[in-house]
Amino acid sequence: MSDSTKTVILHGGLLALLFLLQFLLPAYHHGNLARIMVLATFAMGYNVMFGYTGLLSLGHALFFAAGMYGMGLAMQYAGAGPVLAMSAGLVASIVVALVVGLLALRTAGVGFMIVTLMFAQAGYLIILYYGAWTRGDEGLVMPQALRMLGAIDFSQPGPRYFAALGLFATGFLLTLWMMRSPFGKVLIAIRENEERARMLGYDVFRYKLAAVVISGTLCGLAGAAYGLLFGYVGATFASVQYSIFPLLWVLLGGAGTVIGPLIGTLFMFYLIDLSSAVTSAYMLVAGVVLVLLTLFAPQGLAGELRARVWRGLP
Amino acid sequence: MLELNKINAGYGRAQILRDLSLTVSPGEILCLLGRNGAGKTTTMQAIMGLLPLMSGAVRLEGEEISKPAAHKIAGRGIGYIPQGRRLFGELTVAQNLEIGLRAGRSGPEVLEDALELFPRLRERLTQRAQTLSGGEQQMLATARALCLRPRILLLDEPTEGLQPSMIAAIRDVITVMRDRGVGILLVEQRVDAVLSVADRVAFIENGRNLETLEAEALRRDPGLIAKHLGV
Repeated sequence: MSDSTKTVILHGGLLALLFLLQFLLPAYHHGNLARIMVLATFAMGYNVMFGYTGLLSLGHALFFAAGMYGMGLAMQYAGAGPVLAMSAGLVASIVVALVVGLLALRTAGVGFMIVTLMFAQAGYLIILYYGAWTRGDEGLVMPQALRMLGAIDFSQPGPRYFAALGLFATGFLLTLWMMRSPFGKVLIAIRENEERARMLGYDVFRYKLAAVVISGTLCGLAGAAYGLLFGYVGATFASVQYSIFPLLWVLLGGAGTVIGPLIGTLFMFYLIDLSSAVTSAYMLVAGVVLVLLTLFAPQGLAGELRARVWRGLP
Repeated sequence: MLELNKINAGYGRAQILRDLSLTVSPGEILCLLGRNGAGKTTTMQAIMGLLPLMSGAVRLEGEEISKPAAHKIAGRGIGYIPQGRRLFGELTVAQNLEIGLRAGRSGPEVLEDALELFPRLRERLTQRAQTLSGGEQQMLATARALCLRPRILLLDEPTEGLQPSMIAAIRDVITVMRDRGVGILLVEQRVDAVLSVADRVAFIENGRNLETLEAEALRRDPGLIAKHLGV
């Protein structure tokens, strides 16, 4: 069986499974999976920059929050419906990613990590500073009447799951297509050896900027969708914790793989969910499992699958 | 023609090249010979824009190329294969070549030509570059540079650490490229390898020109090499 056939079967099968699960899962897990798919889209955005291009950012909460607040403020103060509010979130995340990319990409390595972290912290503090508009830590609850597109009510489990699946599938197929395209190959080449890519004639800065904007846009879309589907927009989502989460999800799932972000998000979500039902020291349990995984599956779950079973896993 | 006119360059405040001048004509192999630290690799890095020039100029076909960004220099037809090959290890052989083709805006006929020169790579197209032997990696690095359709090729110790059969294969391709009109600047430590392919040999010491001689003269009188290298 060729690599292309296996790729279609694996990735198409995964999307089909996610589609079918909405009819099979009990209400609790149904809601969880919708949330996981939105967060996995966030992780997929992070993966474009970290997994494929080799840019380790510590500030992706900024992009998630830019999309979320772009959507939320448009809905709260301009009375925008879902389409207009999501568009506002999309534009906000593109603009923020472009500005951050243009400035942060003038640094590299540790400098890049620090600059992206500082940008995200600045974003978080701006949200708190303009608390009269953003309601700071308290956040904004999205009016249910505006979370409707015609007769479709995104606050209901069915439409919410379907919208989350649509968002996830879009990010998933976009990432898959991009990484099989010549553009994606150049991103991987930059990750592997930036100087060599430059010596072949590639404008490395432009490619990296494109990666930051695509990554920031995907993360911003996830943030906007999260606010719309779960009805809440808050400063917590701009905190440093939400810059670390996507890094963990991608590392656990497998950096530089298309399915890795979903696997990592799903695993981490249920690890915390299940362990917190058993003990109040659930973060200790999560920590021990993460250490074990780092020791025995250093390339992440999908990364190990690629190393041991299928070298061609995209 | 590639022309270096009294270039001065170095790392930070440490100057390595001092008023170095060279020319590489189309269809010519010019070898740079000098002791370790003489400035051979630095010369190549200065040509590629990896090191800013303190003064002097690098010209390609009469046009100064010292000013543009490094990636634009490659786009003007200079292929550079640094010491240590530096492939994209996670990508397959085919994908490495595809990246070169895309950079050079070259068609499939260029790929076919590169694979004809290195038939062994055809058998390895789906293999990841990091799993190739040292000789195959050098072949791939050279083939990828050829995908750029270079007018000038810079080769930094291409036979370092290779077995004799691989050295012969690389040497054959270098001479084929020369016969096709590509100008080649070659850095080599092995004097026998230099004499087997070079048209001219430029000796440098402490970043300065010593003398440039016809290779034929060196082949006739190997004592000249000892005189210039002090070996």
